[in-house]
Amino acid sequence: MNTIKSTVKFSLSLMAAAAVLSSSLAQAHGYWLLPSSTVLSAPQFVTFDAAVSNDPFHFNHRPLAVDEVQVTAPDGSNQRLQNVSKGELRTTFDVNFEQKGTYRISNYREGVRASWKEDGQPKRFMGKIEEFKQRVPANAQELKVSEIANRLETFVTVGSPSPLKTNGHGLEIVSSVHPNDLVAGEPLTLQFLVDGKPTAGVEVEVIRGQTRYRNQKGEQKLKTDADGKVKIELPEAGMYWLDADFVDHKVKTKEASERSLAYVLTLEVLPQ
Amino acid sequence: MRYAFIPALIAALFASNSQAAGLDVKVSVPRINAAEYHRPYVAVWVETPNQDIATTLSVWYSKDKAEGKGTKWLKDLRQWWRKGGRDLDMPLDGVSGATKPVGEHTLSYTEGKAPLNKLAAGEYNLVVEAAREKGDRELVRIPFSWPAKKAETLKASGESELGAVSLELKP
Repeated sequence: MNTIKSTVKFSLSLMAAAAVLSSSLAQAHGYWLLPSSTVLSAPQFVTFDAAVSNDPFHFNHRPLAVDEVQVTAPDGSNQRLQNVSKGELRTTFDVNFEQKGTYRISNYREGVRASWKEDGQPKRFMGKIEEFKQRVPANAQELKVSEIANRLETFVTVGSPSPLKTNGHGLEIVSSVHPNDLVAGEPLTLQFLVDGKPTAGVEVEVIRGQTRYRNQKGEQKLKTDADGKVKIELPEAGMYWLDADFVDHKVKTKEASERSLAYVLTLEVLPQ
Repeated sequence: MRYAFIPALIAALFASNSQAAGLDVKVSVPRINAAEYHRPYVAVWVETPNQDIATTLSVWYSKDKAEGKGTKWLKDLRQWWRKGGRDLDMPLDGVSGATKPVGEHTLSYTEGKAPLNKLAAGEYNLVVEAAREKGDRELVRIPFSWPAKKAETLKASGESELGAVSLELKP
């Protein structure tokens, strides 16, 4: 397998989705991971769907490449993805969950997206900062650059949940209830951190899946308070999709003025 | 041979006085017409007013199953699992056992002995949760006060996966 090629392809799919997300939520295609189980009482395999679509967990548009998805075991080691298969509408993969505790299934990417004109021709780039610096010519005209920090994740627990650590990069959450310990009717408070610091003004949208079987999506649109917190209602059992977006000016490239941060999370809520 | 009866007789004489406090629980596994019937997984526990587990009394599950030695489906006893079942290592001596057939099953727990141990004075629920492969899930709660002031039998009933459940309080 050509890993360089697949990495670039991945960058395009996830960053394209993110680009749309940050420019206009109304026209966004969301992206998501869907685990077949999140709460396990014995070590076993779980299978995942990964896709880009408007309707959470309904794979009806494009597959999401998963080449850079990392599975972090409770002891901090990495577990590999198995049986990765990219279809027309979704990517699937399996993970063997062998240790007791909580696994983080996550994909974090930092990079830039840029557009410019070269000899009158429009050019676009999405990818890593180092690559961008090599690609963009010194005489680029109408150069527009913005940075991106996107995180996509979900959690699976074998036995008792174990504490989750943040790493101080991009947009992250601290959850009032362990994400694999959610039950219908018990609200959840999430604190959003940007580079490790609680941040006000993060826009959060939460939708329960199965939207095709109801007329009103019933999405919750929230904004973090001064402590970076939002309170999310979880009235019914099901899979919930959460998307959080924020824009700041902490950039690493001198050509960029803005950084778009995104955080996408899948949560399973069980009946009482 | 003759003398063997004597300790039993003495024990019987004092039984009414020295009988330890405790709980007797009767759980009925109902007959269910199903093309493919599997005995239910059942958990019995004592619950505090804020719905924490004071102590797990019994867990019936299929230990013989190849997959995860039967523990793969313990999570389907959803409330018990989340409230503390997941913190226990199965099998658990004196608590876990094989699934039981249709009919009434009597379980006896003595205060001061595992798994009931010493229960602090207060209000509790006895909770029985059942989950059946290819079937449904049901929870039955019986509120009670401890220590018991008098011998008393409290009753409740399930509607699908559990039949009559009774709790006999022994002061």
